[in-house]
Amino acid sequence: MTSTLQPRKDGSSNLATGDRPVSQRFRFDLNTLPTIAALVIFIGMIAYGEIAYGRILQANTISNLLINNAYLIVLAVGLTFVILTGGIDLSVGAIIAFSSVSGVMLANAGWDPYLVMVLMVLMGTAFGAVSGVLVQYFNVQPFIATLAMMFLGRGLASMLSTVPERLSDESPIRALATPIKIIDGEKVNDLVVTPGVMLAALVVLGGFFVLHRTRLGRTVYAIGGSEQSASLMGLPVPRTKLAIYIISGTLAGVAGVIYTARLGSAQNITGIGWELDAIAATVIGGTLLTGGAGFVLGSVVGALVLGLMNVLITRDGGIRPETTTIITGGILLVFVILQRFVIRQQR
Amino acid sequence: MATSLPIVEMKDISISFPGVKALDGVDFRLYQGEVHTLMGENGAGKSTLIKALTGVYKIDSGQILISGEERRLTGTADAQAAGIATVYQEVNLCANLTIGENVMLGHEVRGPFGINWRATYRAATEALKGLGLDHLDPRQPLSSLSLAVQQLVAISRAMVTKSKVLILDEPTSSLDANEVENLFTVMRRLRDQGVAILFVSHFLDQVYAISDRLTVLRNGKYEGEYLTRELDRTALISKMIGKDFATLKSLGRERQEHHGEPREPLLTATDLGRKGSIEPTDVELRRGEVLGFAGLLGSGRTELARLLYGADKPDSGTVVLRGKKTDLSTPAAALANRIAFSSENRRDEGIIRDLSVRENLILAVQAKRGWFRPLGKKEQDEIVGKYLKELNVRPADPERAIRNLSGGNQQKVLLGRWLATKPDLLILDEPTRGIDVGAKAEIQATVAALAEEGVSIVFISSELEEVVRLSDRILVLKDHRKIAELDNGPEITAETIVAVIAEEGVTEEGAA
Repeated sequence: MTSTLQPRKDGSSNLATGDRPVSQRFRFDLNTLPTIAALVIFIGMIAYGEIAYGRILQANTISNLLINNAYLIVLAVGLTFVILTGGIDLSVGAIIAFSSVSGVMLANAGWDPYLVMVLMVLMGTAFGAVSGVLVQYFNVQPFIATLAMMFLGRGLASMLSTVPERLSDESPIRALATPIKIIDGEKVNDLVVTPGVMLAALVVLGGFFVLHRTRLGRTVYAIGGSEQSASLMGLPVPRTKLAIYIISGTLAGVAGVIYTARLGSAQNITGIGWELDAIAATVIGGTLLTGGAGFVLGSVVGALVLGLMNVLITRDGGIRPETTTIITGGILLVFVILQRFVIRQQR
Repeated sequence: MATSLPIVEMKDISISFPGVKALDGVDFRLYQGEVHTLMGENGAGKSTLIKALTGVYKIDSGQILISGEERRLTGTADAQAAGIATVYQEVNLCANLTIGENVMLGHEVRGPFGINWRATYRAATEALKGLGLDHLDPRQPLSSLSLAVQQLVAISRAMVTKSKVLILDEPTSSLDANEVENLFTVMRRLRDQGVAILFVSHFLDQVYAISDRLTVLRNGKYEGEYLTRELDRTALISKMIGKDFATLKSLGRERQEHHGEPREPLLTATDLGRKGSIEPTDVELRRGEVLGFAGLLGSGRTELARLLYGADKPDSGTVVLRGKKTDLSTPAAALANRIAFSSENRRDEGIIRDLSVRENLILAVQAKRGWFRPLGKKEQDEIVGKYLKELNVRPADPERAIRNLSGGNQQKVLLGRWLATKPDLLILDEPTRGIDVGAKAEIQATVAALAEEGVSIVFISSELEEVVRLSDRILVLKDHRKIAELDNGPEITAETIVAVIAEEGVTEEGAA
């Protein structure tokens, strides 16, 4: 009965010992399946759009997709951290409302616009810190803690103003939305990015680095696997849980800056339901709501799937915009079922 | 072997919780290169002592010296830094990560670009090799390993931190004999490398097989420290429970005399099976009979029991109960037919932690009656009082939250819960796992007495001795099917069953 020491599945896996080729560093295991599925759907949507409507797979469409969804990508990265630990953050949409309304008002009051941008981000940090403290030190359920912060943020934004607050066109904040041509194509078919998009890309890279190349990131995955195990392994669980809500809040602040720069105005009703869009993007991108499995890059794909869906619906013209939510729901449902399947396979 | 200075010395340790003195002036010494077992009944203070040593609990008085220096540890991480690593009964690793990631969590090798995964996995491979686990691929997911191997991985994780002290808190309670042997091989290897190992186990055989020295605790007090080879089992048990244990010994004889006369069958299951969990199996159970299910962990014991109770829906077979064909595919139907099932998973499927002993005890009776006819206070008191007394639950306080009881007493309450429904068939899945010798003896005695009263019992346990001692007949399972049915008698021993399991289908072993 030497078999007890060997992997349970079958004898063959013993052959693969020790040094494996570098090519196998990207393991194809069940954890990556939902993310791959999201990627497949994204590519499928592009292909369908190209065939049915044309002019999808071209520089300006892709540019607009990125520019219009940069804020959502940033939010989804933040949510990925939170959801990986098995938590949730419902406050991000309200944080955007509060930080953008107050930011615009401060800028219009003559504050230094660069300072204002930093402040907008720090407001998100503050909200996240409060959520994190509630969750970690007062043992409040993440759902409830961040729900409270959501109402608080929305309420504060409404107290500041209930009408759109416009940013002057010359404000340096708007510079974040200045188009920069990368490739000058025919007519308007240019590949364009904005500093906002570049910021979002930095956030994605940073998120990837933190999750996969730092101990903080590994602790995030460990907490998602089993919080109790993580703390018995001597990992800094309280500090990490606090950190992820701070990260999520901060990134909501960043998303607020990016969105405000693009729109040029802010309103207290901005961002209603965006927390749910970001959660949807994260889940579609393959992150398990129970935590422990998922990728930042998957969440990016998830955000782009949602963005592309809007583009396709607009292009079609025949589909009523109201059906967007129904389609989002449908896609989400498919992915959640897919995840169930994956979890069942793992047991 | 042992150097003159203990690596861990705990002197006169006391810890109190509200209303309880958990440890009272306990001494403990651990030397380099020894396996030292901490013995005691549940509630004797073993876990408290370990938690004091690992910094989870603060000590009220006393001293903890590590390598001769006084230390005040503040938690798991701090203890790890001081060279003390702990592996718990339930494997505390992350199933969503790979083997290597688990081994190295918190100790990943870092370079200028963050974690250097190649070096990290190399270090993990080294650590696994150090325990003779060379054949494991650190890039495989942890979930591909059996629980026993996961435990070894947890130990190699402890070795990454170059721990001088390794605490193994009941590592063997869910392992089968071979897995225990593998664990012991690893433990001996580490001991020979100079690691000091603190071992806790309820299995006397294992304690005698592996440990060099014993410290016995009773009721939070220090009983003494002994060399294992100088203390025989009888003496050890009486030191642990502080009284004689004749109940344990007499029990076996009674049961073996008891069977013989054929009785009417209570339940006959034909071809009962469920795809992926147990192959179609025949089970016959007579009135007043104890039917033991024996087999290794994962052999299908629990699965078969769950089918009998309807906790899982069978997809083949018929059940004839009291001469009538009966549908038992839901727990409610089984309960209505006076079948009760006590799960092996006491913590998750048994007790409801935050409810009181009384509420836990009456749960099944109440469910059987229906929630619209609540039991009156008087009726409740009657039932609760009866079973607390009969089963000798300590403390006999019905209003205490059940989570504050020791494992053995929780199990007694659960037994009471099902007995209160007056079952004709009681299925007990691992009722004695992880509980102390005293409570174990009481539960075994209860099972014997119930059979005497005519209740049929399915008794499942990993401890073959126990199955043999109690059962009239033994159904042996392996690889999700029944491989033998033995009539118990003086010639049947635990070794007989091991032999049956080992010899059956030897050629298929590689696939097991």
